[in-house]
Amino acid sequence: MANAPRTLFDKIWAAHVVETLPDGTALLYIDRHLIHEVTSPQAFEGLRAAGRRLRRPDATIGVVDHNVPTSADRLTAVNEPESALQIATLERNVVEFGVPYIPLDDARQGIVHVIGPELGLSLPGMTLVCGDSHTSTHGALGALAFGIGTSEVEHVMATQTLLQKPAKNMRVTVEGTLPVGCGAKDIVLAIIGRIGTAGGNGHVIEFAGSAIRALDMAGRMTVCNMSIEAGARAGMIAPDETTFAYVAGKQFAPKGEVLEQAIAWWKTLPSDPGAVFDKEVTIDAASIAPMVTWGTNPEAVVPITGSVPDPADEPDLERRAQIQRMVDYMGLVPGQKLADLTVDVVFIGSCTNSRIEDIRIAAGIAKGRHVAAGVRALVVPGSGLVKQQAEEEGLDRILLDAGFEWREAGCSMCLGMNPDKLTPGQRCASTSNRNFEGRQGPGGRTHLVSPAMAAAAAVTGKLTDVRELAA
Amino acid sequence: MKPFTTLTGIAAPLPLANVDTDKIIPARHLKTIQRTGLGKHLFDTLRYNADGSENPEFVLNREPYRHAEVLIAYENFGCGSSREHAPWALLDFGIRCVIAPDFADIFHGNSFKNGILPIRLPREICEQLMEDARLGANARVTIDLERQVVVRPNGEEIPFEVDPLRRRMLLEGLDEIGQTMAHTGAIGSYEVAQAAEKPWLAGPGTTALMETAP
Repeated sequence: MANAPRTLFDKIWAAHVVETLPDGTALLYIDRHLIHEVTSPQAFEGLRAAGRRLRRPDATIGVVDHNVPTSADRLTAVNEPESALQIATLERNVVEFGVPYIPLDDARQGIVHVIGPELGLSLPGMTLVCGDSHTSTHGALGALAFGIGTSEVEHVMATQTLLQKPAKNMRVTVEGTLPVGCGAKDIVLAIIGRIGTAGGNGHVIEFAGSAIRALDMAGRMTVCNMSIEAGARAGMIAPDETTFAYVAGKQFAPKGEVLEQAIAWWKTLPSDPGAVFDKEVTIDAASIAPMVTWGTNPEAVVPITGSVPDPADEPDLERRAQIQRMVDYMGLVPGQKLADLTVDVVFIGSCTNSRIEDIRIAAGIAKGRHVAAGVRALVVPGSGLVKQQAEEEGLDRILLDAGFEWREAGCSMCLGMNPDKLTPGQRCASTSNRNFEGRQGPGGRTHLVSPAMAAAAAVTGKLTDVRELAA
Repeated sequence: MKPFTTLTGIAAPLPLANVDTDKIIPARHLKTIQRTGLGKHLFDTLRYNADGSENPEFVLNREPYRHAEVLIAYENFGCGSSREHAPWALLDFGIRCVIAPDFADIFHGNSFKNGILPIRLPREICEQLMEDARLGANARVTIDLERQVVVRPNGEEIPFEVDPLRRRMLLEGLDEIGQTMAHTGAIGSYEVAQAAEKPWLAGPGTTALMETAP
């Protein structure tokens, strides 16, 4: 059939195939390449060793985020030597290879997945890659965005393409209205709880349905961000009026007639009626509650009203051992209620939840309350621009008055690569994306939650149902 | 890249599902600008105690598995991050092949690019290979990529599937970038067409970025 209905993914894919090799592998053109200090040094070294240059430095943009301290004195204080070397290496490489770069002292510096959309560098219909699995975030704009390893970073640098086999199509439809107190983070945690950490393997997930369309762009980014935690190659949401309104006016987004021309193409991208998906999952938004992870992978998640599972209830011996290991690592007791579990640290930030909308939610809960005694609560805006915006709105004052730390932009306590980390045994309510063992620091215990739930935990000192706090 | 043809060696049993990239190598050990030297941090949290001493219970701290070249594991191996430091750490330790029921996509691709062969085999077969591996030095396994078989210590041959292009790249140790650069003409034509049709795709460039700094 000449005009078989196609998915959003199929359309963007087809528009970027340079050539198809005899075995079906596509040489896929990459429109935008974001690079950072951790996964790029070996790629630049490979180029240098082979005497190669970047094919499209103009389509590339570099920023530091993973290793940077988030303290106020970070421009002058001495960083950890290994981190400082990675940052210095990137700064040397961007000059040598002519890559546009946002330095640490530029107000636009921030987490690569926050600044891409915010500066209009990530756009609908693009193919976009970065040496970081949470590149799926940019799929919220209706782009095909995915994380790659360093060999592929080097491949894109040299050729502006990747050799890729097409992914399968999966659609997750969330219909209905979210209950009060729930947000995008609860949607995506509920999805991962349903389909599991390997549920999306080999697939690109399109998130659809009225509850997804109702999300603002920050919420859509939160959902797409965690696609990788379901094993998906990428996550995406069809571009619509919300998307176009977001893109218009961003610093490097198209303007005027070119924007009109771009929107005309973007409007052709949503999946056609009747497009076939290899896998379909439907979730009733009304059934979602504020979610919290209890274990050490993101599918180990329950509503805040739930309890820690009892390994003895699991018939499969291997699964039982895995649950037991998670319960032990997390310092929990089978059957214990999640609500009322005391926390030591609260982290509001990361590429999942550090946008202005997230900070407004946190400040809304912090206002007129105070961080509980003995709790350290960090709020780390995703970029310098988010920080500025929050300060213009007075959100920093609300948070500081409530006893939260208000920090500089970076990946911070999401991954234990910079000075912000948990110490062994510390329990943290975190708005980040991974609760793997040791992720936030060796021996640290992570409970993934929404910004509202994190702020609620900060002010009560324990995992709390945010709906009760509001009452 | 070092070619991969056949390999006969010790297989280490790691009977865990969802072995994530933070388990393979925690983020705190990614602060290197080189590809080598990461083997000492492989499985860091499983392999070492809090005081830095070796955990004698962990398989890679026991003989003969200190010399393992093959790893047998369970479902969804390599889930999590895109960090290529995960295959680099495996390779630096000496692992050239991982066998599991399935792999996370990015890890799977990253392995091939570093001369590591990830083999998908059904769960029941992985369980058999896990039992073989527990026999230690008396039970060497052979991986024959040319013939696409795993040879168990008892001589039984288990066929496996592998993408033909990736197989050829591994067998010949080919430089993928060099291969792709043979298509430079087609890439150039694509770029010319796109620049005309979709002018908004052009990036800001260094000058515009600097001039517009707030």
